[in-house]
Amino acid sequence: MVCDSCGQGEAVVHLTQIVDNQMTTSHLCEHCAAAKGLDTAEGQPNFALTDFLAQMGEAPDQDASLEATCGFCGLTLAAFRETGRLGCSHCYATFDSHLRGVLRRIHGGTQHLGKVYLPSDSTASERAKRAEGLRGRLRRAVESEDFERAAELRDLIRTLEPS
Amino acid sequence: MKARDPMEDLTAVPDSGLGWLDASGDHADIVLSTRVRLARNLQGHAFGPRARINDREAVLDRVREAKTGVVPLDGCTVVNLQALDSRSRRILLERRLISRELLGDGSGPARGTALVLSGHQPLSVMVNEEDHLRLQSIVAGLRLQEAWSLVDRLDEDIGQQLPYAFHHEFGFLTSCPTNVGTGVRASVLMHLPGLVLTKEIGKVLQGLTQVGLTFRGLYGEGSEVVGNFFQVSNQTTLGKTEEDLVDHLDKMVRRVIQFESHARQVLLRDAPAVTEDKICRAYGLLRYARTLSFEELMNLLSGVRLGTSLKLLPGVRVYTLNKLMLFTQSAHLEQAAGRDLPPHEGDVHRAVYVRRVLAMEGDVDQDSFPGDATGEVA
Repeated sequence: MVCDSCGQGEAVVHLTQIVDNQMTTSHLCEHCAAAKGLDTAEGQPNFALTDFLAQMGEAPDQDASLEATCGFCGLTLAAFRETGRLGCSHCYATFDSHLRGVLRRIHGGTQHLGKVYLPSDSTASERAKRAEGLRGRLRRAVESEDFERAAELRDLIRTLEPS
Repeated sequence: MKARDPMEDLTAVPDSGLGWLDASGDHADIVLSTRVRLARNLQGHAFGPRARINDREAVLDRVREAKTGVVPLDGCTVVNLQALDSRSRRILLERRLISRELLGDGSGPARGTALVLSGHQPLSVMVNEEDHLRLQSIVAGLRLQEAWSLVDRLDEDIGQQLPYAFHHEFGFLTSCPTNVGTGVRASVLMHLPGLVLTKEIGKVLQGLTQVGLTFRGLYGEGSEVVGNFFQVSNQTTLGKTEEDLVDHLDKMVRRVIQFESHARQVLLRDAPAVTEDKICRAYGLLRYARTLSFEELMNLLSGVRLGTSLKLLPGVRVYTLNKLMLFTQSAHLEQAAGRDLPPHEGDVHRAVYVRRVLAMEGDVDQDSFPGDATGEVA
């Protein structure tokens, strides 16, 4: 598609405007778009803004959700949005739906892939997951010839495997 | 006033938490130190900002009980920050062993705040900071793998003794959502005068943010860049393994080192006289100045550090420069003077200390300047 303004460049910006209830769509090349003061740069995630994003989160569906309160520490969603800090581990369950949006904005996802920590009442699948992670680290320890560490990891794995 | 617990005397710690200063690691002329920290919280207690006094005290008690079962903390020192005088607390801050946050506001640190310093390894734990535990390892030079593995082992041991707050999907839970998941913040303190002087630094820093890294000043979050020191670290903590985060930072830092080395060669090739002049003037000022503010000192040290790295100032060791940076901070000067020093007096003490240390290193050998040898300097 050719640029509506100069008729030469390839149109890359598609601008829809509504003026006096009239909708117009114009197709502009990068040069003309810039001349009209339109920002054509693709949104680079600005990592310096993560604290800000943490505080903003996603707009709540209703104002009522701002009053959601953690039953353990008493933190409200409104207070979290103001400070960007959670009050306790229960907050993660209380504000789950809101937090997912926050975590996606900051980290690009919500799934932890690092070390697995086993609760004292761990299930077999949790132990298997932890053993899997430890095996990966054992491989690395052997590759980097850290045999002392490798032996420790091997012992840890042994404690997780069903006898 | 109760007498100070001898265990809380900093001199009891073998290297006083200063091993990272010794300029021993890889690329020690460009990378001052490597730090890896892990944020951890305990189940059943509110996190830092929401924690009540009894939460904080309970956390500290649990740490004190657990430490005996933690091998890397064998022979450790537990420093109760509230019981410590304000100058000693500032010294810990200047040694980068505690954060500004842990120092507290005007009324001092909160009840239950503490620093656990390992007796034999470059490891420490901040207790009751923003998170219940901040495990950290600081080593000299570029040694990310080593720092990670030390702190990882400490984490495994503490995790066996104390119940961590962990979520099957989100990983380790932290007070701030920017730390959740692995809780890992790996950072490398880099000296990048070449990139600053050739005005390439903006591009490099921008590039870093595009690959998921961030940078800060000397004292971490919120601190300004002084003396061309940049602390480069991972920005995200969730969705990658700890090893991937550490490896990625390591790779990127090595590229920045290449850019920096290249920029230095460009300076020497295109502007040898100006570069050498800057370096020698910086050295001269440090050697003879009668008052020095910390900021001026840091800027001059940056020049001298560049000169040492380019072998233009033989006889001045990187270790000496690291030492000058550390011991000329205000609390360290006050410690040496044995009293509080108002800023103008501090500036005089700083200059005296710098002159004395540089004089001990001896004179730089003027004849060995490559500019002189090739006749490029008119």
